[in-house]
Amino acid sequence: MTTKSANSGSRTTQSGRPARLSLADWMPKLVMAPTVVTTIVCIYGYMIWTAVLSFTNSRMLPTYKFVGTAQYERLFDNDRWLVALSNLGVFGGLFILICLVLGVMLAIFLDQKIRAEGAIRTIYLYPMAISFIVTGTAWKWLLNPTNGIEKMMIELGFEDFRFNWLSDPDMVVYCLVIAAVWQASGFVMALFLAGLRGVDGEMIKAAQLDGAGIFTTYRRIILPSLKPVFFSAMVILSHIAIKSFDLVASLTNGGPGYSSDLPANFMYTHAFNRSQMGLGSASAMVMLGCVLAILIPYLYSELRGERHE
Amino acid sequence: MKKIAFGLSTVALSLAAATAQAGEVEVLHWWTSGGEAAAINVLKQEMTDAGHTWKDFAVAGGGGESAMTVLKSRAIAGNPPASAQIKGPTIQEWGDLGFLTNLDDVAKQGDWDSVLPSVVSSAMKYDGHYVAAPVNVHRVNWMWANPEVFKKAGASIPTTWDQFITEAKKIKAAGYTPLAHGGQAWQDATLFEAIALAKGSKFYNSAFLSLSDDTLRSQDMIDVFTTFKAMREFVDPGFSGRDWNIATSMVINGEAAMQIMGDWAKGEFTAAGKKAGIDYVCYPAPGTSGQFTFNIDSLAMFQVDGDDAQAAQQDLARLILEPKFQETFNLNKGSIPARLNMPRDKFDTCAHASMDAFLASSTTGDLLPSYAHGMAVNSMVQGAINDVVTNFFNSESITAEEAVDKLARAVKAADM
Repeated sequence: MTTKSANSGSRTTQSGRPARLSLADWMPKLVMAPTVVTTIVCIYGYMIWTAVLSFTNSRMLPTYKFVGTAQYERLFDNDRWLVALSNLGVFGGLFILICLVLGVMLAIFLDQKIRAEGAIRTIYLYPMAISFIVTGTAWKWLLNPTNGIEKMMIELGFEDFRFNWLSDPDMVVYCLVIAAVWQASGFVMALFLAGLRGVDGEMIKAAQLDGAGIFTTYRRIILPSLKPVFFSAMVILSHIAIKSFDLVASLTNGGPGYSSDLPANFMYTHAFNRSQMGLGSASAMVMLGCVLAILIPYLYSELRGERHE
Repeated sequence: MKKIAFGLSTVALSLAAATAQAGEVEVLHWWTSGGEAAAINVLKQEMTDAGHTWKDFAVAGGGGESAMTVLKSRAIAGNPPASAQIKGPTIQEWGDLGFLTNLDDVAKQGDWDSVLPSVVSSAMKYDGHYVAAPVNVHRVNWMWANPEVFKKAGASIPTTWDQFITEAKKIKAAGYTPLAHGGQAWQDATLFEAIALAKGSKFYNSAFLSLSDDTLRSQDMIDVFTTFKAMREFVDPGFSGRDWNIATSMVINGEAAMQIMGDWAKGEFTAAGKKAGIDYVCYPAPGTSGQFTFNIDSLAMFQVDGDDAQAAQQDLARLILEPKFQETFNLNKGSIPARLNMPRDKFDTCAHASMDAFLASSTTGDLLPSYAHGMAVNSMVQGAINDVVTNFFNSESITAEEAVDKLARAVKAADM
């Protein structure tokens, strides 16, 4: 935002007007200033503070006794953290992949000018309106082996039906994937549907005149032109995955044991419940690293794109 | 300590100046469930009767994690409440940070040193001075059982863990869940602690208070883990993440035979209209009949400014230890009073058993702080032990030997 207002400022001076800035020139900067200050203090300031704390041995309250990288060493020596990280890999990977595939498929199906499209679209998009806490609680009941899907199937006569992922340490992370996909795939669908509607109809007609089937048209013409939508969806989904906290808190609470812990839950538990603020800060910094790893290439491509225009 | 000395002098001055001054006390607590709210309302009423203003600062959430988070942010901002529900070693942590005020005068007037058992009074002191007032004593090593289920299954109440396994197999064969359990880390810890306790108070002390590496790696500890793992087949498949009160309701409505849980479970039985000794029975957890693992709730007092506020705070501390409050609060909460020599006619048989065990164990060295409820070790060590315990209970691949090794290493890492 700041760069834009700076640009417009320089542009007016270049356009031959006197260099003295009028109130109208200052106005945008004045209006933006509070936002900029709060952003700098409340986001970047606290980021730096967390970074500082991660090098101290802070326990219940922040202290400034520096211990070097000891907290990071402890962190990567901690079995629970490693479980949380690998869970993030599995959960994040599957969640993004399945959401994209399902979202694109649903969008394409909905794009076939079917009846009651508005109603169907709303039904698919609706889960997004629900908080992850509600999603987690609802799926907790559905997946509970004693009173959810398993019980229903047994009562329907499938006596040997077993679906106990929620209490199986090796499978529980897939329960998180199920609930999160249910929540977010409708949103991806909506993104792609908007993208599909924006594709130039002439281009599709031209492809059809050239004898391309519907499958080829989608694969070769339409989907490649939706690359920016893909990219936005990826970025949004991956940050949902990394910051996921409420879903775990309500669906499994990290259990059984700590087999479904995600980094955000690890950070909260250690920094606030267990009086290990230093260790918690270190884990928060690793999470920040994960976000930056996604954000920097995104920003890079965005900024480079702008220059090309 | 300078701060304590300063606190002492201001307290003495304010007490001398005006004992009838009305002030405001803000109390941070997480007694928000039905029975708990009724219990704390008694104190609120007594404070209002004494002419003070009670500012309630209730933060919901069973274990008080969210309340502690709020308390920390208030403390960092330099504006802690007058009083907060803090217990066990956490009192010492706050004392170390210099936040707590001195209650020695009130304690002297109320003769706290003689009405409180020494194990309770020492937990309320930081650096030799009273800084907190105890509201109750919970016994953690209880076993709650449904006699009806035992009768139907032809089983008898177990008194050792070996016998527990034998009887549980009978109950399981009869189609009931032998052990009602919720798969949350603290509930796993409660069960684990009860099993470890059966190995003797000396073992318990050495493992969870002294954190002795030898004891943590001993054969006895391996046995404890093995017995603990044996419990896994006696819980139902839906135990993961279940709240403790849902587990209690399984015993209440006859789905399950037993639950190992502290005496707050009694509140659930009472709320369901069940009678102790008839609809449900309470026994010490197998093999721990002479022992008593305690969990004491207390209100610690923070340093506040202003004579009025300080007077109100001192009054609050005094009222907490009065027999009237101790009785009403604990009848509602399911626990027993922290002070000795209380009239006991209003309490039920389970509470009587608890009081007897509390008195008897205090002289034999079998009165022990509950590690699972944060009375024995600080939250870092407690969390580290819980991680190992809960992971072991839920994992099929870890052996008891590996778990013991993990335990010893985790405790060492957390204790740094």
